[in-house]
Amino acid sequence: MSKKLRVATTSLAGCFGCHMSALDIDERLFTLLNLIEFDRSPLTDIKHCGRCYIGLIEGGVCNAENVHVLREFRKNCKILIAIGSCAITGGLPAQRNHLDLGSCLTEVYLTEPGLAHGYIPNDPELPLPLDKVHPLHEVVKIDYFIPGCPPSGDAIWKFVTDLIAGKTPELGHGLIKYD
Amino acid sequence: MVSDSGLHATYLGPILERHGYAATSLLQILREAQEHYGYIHPSAISYISVKLGIPRARIEGVAGFYSFLHLRPHGEYRVLFSDNITDRMLGSQPLLEEMCRQLWLQQGKVSEDGLVSINTTSCTGMCDQGPAMLVNGRAITRLTQQRVQEIGQLIRNRTPLSDWPSDFFAVDDNIRRSGPLLGNTLAPGAVLSTALTLGSENIIEEIKQSGLRGRGGAGFPAGLKWEACRNAPGEARHVVCNADEGEPGTFKDRVLLTRQADLVFEGMTLCALAVGAQHGYLYLRGEYRYLLEPLQAALQRRRENKLLGKNILGQPGFDFDIVIHLGAGAYICGEESALIESLEGKRGVPRNRPPFPVTHGYLQQPTALDNVETFCAAALAIHMGAEKYRAIGTPKSSGSKLISVSGDCPRPGIYEYPFGVSVREVLADCGAVNTRAVQVSGPSGVCVAASEFDHRLGFEDLPTAGAFMVFDDSRDLFEVARNFVHFFAHESCGFCTPCRVGTALLKQTMDKIAAGHGTQYDLHEIENLDQVLQTSSHCGLGRTACNPVLHTLRHFRPAYESRLKSLEFKPAFDLDGALARARQMTGRDDAGAHLKTEGA
Ligand SMILES: Cc1cc2nc3c(=O)[nH]c(=O)nc-3n(C[C@H](O)[C@H](O)[C@H](O)COP(=O)(O)O)c2cc1C
Ligand code: SF4
Ligand code: SF4
Repeated sequence: MSKKLRVATTSLAGCFGCHMSALDIDERLFTLLNLIEFDRSPLTDIKHCGRCYIGLIEGGVCNAENVHVLREFRKNCKILIAIGSCAITGGLPAQRNHLDLGSCLTEVYLTEPGLAHGYIPNDPELPLPLDKVHPLHEVVKIDYFIPGCPPSGDAIWKFVTDLIAGKTPELGHGLIKYD
Repeated sequence: MVSDSGLHATYLGPILERHGYAATSLLQILREAQEHYGYIHPSAISYISVKLGIPRARIEGVAGFYSFLHLRPHGEYRVLFSDNITDRMLGSQPLLEEMCRQLWLQQGKVSEDGLVSINTTSCTGMCDQGPAMLVNGRAITRLTQQRVQEIGQLIRNRTPLSDWPSDFFAVDDNIRRSGPLLGNTLAPGAVLSTALTLGSENIIEEIKQSGLRGRGGAGFPAGLKWEACRNAPGEARHVVCNADEGEPGTFKDRVLLTRQADLVFEGMTLCALAVGAQHGYLYLRGEYRYLLEPLQAALQRRRENKLLGKNILGQPGFDFDIVIHLGAGAYICGEESALIESLEGKRGVPRNRPPFPVTHGYLQQPTALDNVETFCAAALAIHMGAEKYRAIGTPKSSGSKLISVSGDCPRPGIYEYPFGVSVREVLADCGAVNTRAVQVSGPSGVCVAASEFDHRLGFEDLPTAGAFMVFDDSRDLFEVARNFVHFFAHESCGFCTPCRVGTALLKQTMDKIAAGHGTQYDLHEIENLDQVLQTSSHCGLGRTACNPVLHTLRHFRPAYESRLKSLEFKPAFDLDGALARARQMTGRDDAGAHLKTEGA
């Protein structure tokens, strides 16, 4: 048997909904595992991405750490796929884009009672938020996009198996969902 | 104390009364309600909701769709600069900035005292006398630094619009070349008298024989449309005149409605006779609000002269009347099915087609919907006779066409030509020199480069709805395309995702290239987006949204390539700069608080 293809997945500014949806391929996961093996992914808990054939990323880019992870994926994956509305357009997290980041932080940490410790967290361990949430393709080159919030398990299955079979992926009728 | 709802009842009562409490008049009711406060008050919505028996959410949904309707205070004076590329070429942008400075406010925001807001709006149809603006919906043309300062002063002094110098509001017709249409001397009713001797069937036959095709862009044969409408089963039939004229660079319908209102109405009444309609509607774009009163007066005159109403010209059973509906700032309402939705008082979202309006139009009844110029041309064709009319123009494009010329030329305005005139001839007539390109038929049309100036306007070669924007060799065609792309992204009605998202992505990519972050990759992405937009959009707006980019890429690729940062991928924005605000808020400046450029 030929070597299995390595696949990495991660969630940046996403809700893991796209990952959950991927699990909807149910028992086909076993078929898939005959063809691929997971590199960095919530399924393996590997911390850094190694050389891969496919990288699947859900969620947009909202902070400096997201940028680092995304760059690591781009460096290591031959094919990088943005999966879901958040990755493609910024999605729900991008709702904050019409607010000033400073006033968000002030509101959460300084003015609102309850959460506030009286200062804005500034530990160097914490990634700094970007002033706006961006889709992936504004930060690195993205090869494919799977739309949907989330795309269905069937759509993800079709897309990935097409790629593995060496076909240009095509989502036929009923598999493309934008929202 | 007068209760809140009582307060609104005083002005809303008469408005609702006038519209017969009809939900189909919702858009008109909201427009008029807004004229009271400058925005639609929440209590006014409650009142309308109760009186019309429609849910609040639907009313807010309609109000939210149209850019001239506001649900929140928008300033006593609402200033909108027309943002067509021709306005920009005439210097609108620095004028806007200066006015913002003068009145101490930010574009898009209402001043703190609630006095004024300043923003841009899509082309207002004054391209031959720009830069132009709308103040509380009234068009003001030929803006200069001085005029803008005076306007700022008038606003500061809270001078009512009615007391502003009347020459601010002067709109010129600028007819530069006349022909059978503009030069006609027909008396009101003359065409109808001829038509009555012909009868319905022969009118349609004549129109078919004349070869008349729609002037709104698509060029559908008018005679076939009228015939299909007449033959469609239905309780009532309607005639609708499309005076939405939203395509940037087009302003010929404005001139026809100013100079030839009677001919427009005569054409509509002729159509009513042919198809057996009793109700007519003129859908007038909100930007031409100032034409409402003169048009109402023309209608009234026609009623008095028995050219509208019951038993027109004494013919028993020939009953027809026309009402005017005002749009409220939505380009998509020029699309025929969206226009009908809007006429019915709804959001202007295009319907599925088929069924087409001829069978399922206004209130799902057979509807003949044509452009302003088409109705005029139909009246003329009946007057001249099919054979004579057909002799004008070319075999597949009979008659004459009004061309709206604007941009880099000393004589912008309206030119009437027989179909078949070449781009070069029009350029010569308007005095254009060193012309680099002409945008024919607006952003959704074609960009014609110098090597193609011998092409001819007409359905067999260069189809056009009338816009003719001239760019000389000082102009950057990339910026032209970027302006058009912004227009489409702004005007996408948002109903279908390929267009809603696609036009936004196209805009972002063009902005990325403009900001100097573009790469070869982005040019590929544009081509991919074009593919999606063209193949999967619900209506013509999405399908044509990428034309400006495609055409300028074909002819002026270096205008794009010279802006590219490199051939490899580059981020769309300054990554480290995007952390600046967070650095400032947290006081951090450690290595982790910065993002390095890759490869650097
Ligand atoms: C996005 C869009 C905008 C349009 N805007 C206008 C318009 O402003 N005026 C117009 O007459 N036709 C416009 N049309 C064309 C109309 O849908 C319709 O074809 C035309 O009004 C029919 O009249 P005609 O046969 O007389 O040309 C538009 C079409 C689309 C897709
Ligand atoms: S696209 Fe939807 S499901 Fe996927 S991460 Fe975003 S919000 Fe969650
Ligand atoms: S193509 Fe654009 S304008 Fe047309 S229906 Fe879709 S979103 Fe609306």
